[in-house]
Amino acid sequence: MSRSVLLCVLGLAAALAYPLLVPNYLVTIGMLVFFTAFIGQSWNIAGGFAGQTSFGHVVFFGTGAYTSTILQVTYGWNPWLAWPVAMAAGGAVGWMIAVLSFRAGLRGSYFALITLAFAEVFRILANSVPFTKGGLGMLIKADPRPLNFQFKDPIWIYYLALLLCIVSLLIAWQLTRSRFGARLVAIRENEDAARALGIDVFAEKVKVLTLSGAMCAAGGTFYAQKYLYIDPGIAFGVDKSVEMLLVSMVGGAGTIFGPLIGSFTLMGINEVTRWLASVVPAFKNVQPLSLIVYGIMLILIVARLPDGLMSLFRRPAAKPPPRHA
Amino acid sequence: MFDPAFLFAGVLNGLLAGGIYVLVAVGLTLIYGVLHIINFAHGSLLMLAMYAVFYLWRLIGIDPYAALPAVIAGAFGFGFVLYRLLIGRYNHGRDENILLITLGLSIVIDNVALLFFGGDTQTIDVPYAGTFVEVGAAFLPLPKIISFGASLVLCAALGLYMARSDMGKAIRAVAKERQGARLVGIDVENVFAVSYGIGIACLGAAACLLMPTYYVTPSSGHAFVLVAFTIVVLGGMGSFAGAAVGGFIIGITESLGGLFLGEQLGQIGISLIFILILLLKPTGLFGSKA
Repeated sequence: MSRSVLLCVLGLAAALAYPLLVPNYLVTIGMLVFFTAFIGQSWNIAGGFAGQTSFGHVVFFGTGAYTSTILQVTYGWNPWLAWPVAMAAGGAVGWMIAVLSFRAGLRGSYFALITLAFAEVFRILANSVPFTKGGLGMLIKADPRPLNFQFKDPIWIYYLALLLCIVSLLIAWQLTRSRFGARLVAIRENEDAARALGIDVFAEKVKVLTLSGAMCAAGGTFYAQKYLYIDPGIAFGVDKSVEMLLVSMVGGAGTIFGPLIGSFTLMGINEVTRWLASVVPAFKNVQPLSLIVYGIMLILIVARLPDGLMSLFRRPAAKPPPRHA
Repeated sequence: MFDPAFLFAGVLNGLLAGGIYVLVAVGLTLIYGVLHIINFAHGSLLMLAMYAVFYLWRLIGIDPYAALPAVIAGAFGFGFVLYRLLIGRYNHGRDENILLITLGLSIVIDNVALLFFGGDTQTIDVPYAGTFVEVGAAFLPLPKIISFGASLVLCAALGLYMARSDMGKAIRAVAKERQGARLVGIDVENVFAVSYGIGIACLGAAACLLMPTYYVTPSSGHAFVLVAFTIVVLGGMGSFAGAAVGGFIIGITESLGGLFLGEQLGQIGISLIFILILLLKPTGLFGSKA
């Protein structure tokens, strides 16, 4: 235990010092690592800990991004005030999808597919209704003041992403030691057995998807404030859903540090392919190349390393049984 | 807008598109019915087959319809090998696992296509593309009618194969009761691989029938995957009759949705049907179990 505490303190110190030592370009990459780890963790809480694999998590991300952006652009709200409202909206969408799907008894692949369809419905709606400005997308007026949730120096948005990531790690850590978390793991391992033990499976699954939705929506607002632009393809496109799923699966679904390790790995692959593309002219198209590597990694992880890269760091059988909180 | 002639043309167009969707959905439902896996790479594999048809035409000048036998055979071989090398090895355990593996496969296929074929939209200019046939008050493009007929013939042939041939009987036996099938001496792994191959061969056929009137881009698979799942869920997972009826319903829904709600909002019908069926009647119209 003391060794892992030491590692966490060292890691935190490194993360805090990092942006002071490197050029702005690398600060932004660091920010993306922590941001992706954060939204990945929101997927991991539902998909990893509770075993509710989702293919459409972007629906929460987009709900958060659009809620805060509409409140800000159309109604003149301060983005910091709009942030909790966006989270509440994401939580509400998570609650709605959970109640509908779990009431209907959807499990496994069927749940994954219905979340994909929900994201698709939201994408088409965002493309069509007037208050999202349709396919044109929404621009947030640049006004870089901290009070406005916009920062001139990338270092502040980096620290904010780091803070979000730490909060998400703490939430995941709580899940490993609380009764709520233990119930989720029981549901993941065997839903019928969990029900037989007296766990209210439906209520727990609704709770976890609401929490996950609210977290993911917080990421949506963060993204909109960072790039000051949002459109239906970004907000509800399948790419972000896959990204959240990938970082968790690659790092280790259902583990505290899985999404962070996955996010580091994917960003590393991204940078390596970017470098390859600059050296080998045949690879000039960077994005498909890194996605091909991601896809192969996903297949290999599911097939060969179901606990993700995390399991490489852990000696077998070193995991103590969960204690009662 | 509510002119009956207009509506009639919309329904007819939807029926024609639905006829090809049936072929795509039959492949998906066969794979589900026999292997009990959800093949998320279905759309991407269709896209790949469409590129094969495109390049056969572009490089060697083979008409898409003339390419049918070759593409069907090639797609079958591709599916068979893919099953042997990848899908079959992980076709056990949690059902999400194979879903994730086929998701990974679709990511790889989509981006390999993007890398090698580029992001441009590709179409085939067949000489008969501009020929129209008058049906009642509607004018229908000739290639759509040919494709519709060919799709029905191929579905009927597949149905006959499943009903009469030894392999067809073995496939149906495995779909019903794989332990029992193994006990009577059926090579179940081989049946799995053949079934997956046939499912992908259906995509090869659909690709040949689609290309004279559709276009292909590396993201085409995306557009088709939800359509195919909706048809299969609507008809009932694993049901052939369901896939046929579902294909026509979805074809017409898409056509009328586009007509009344416009290009953008019109697509919502398919996703909504998918959600509603899963929520209200997950066994679909013809399915026996979810």
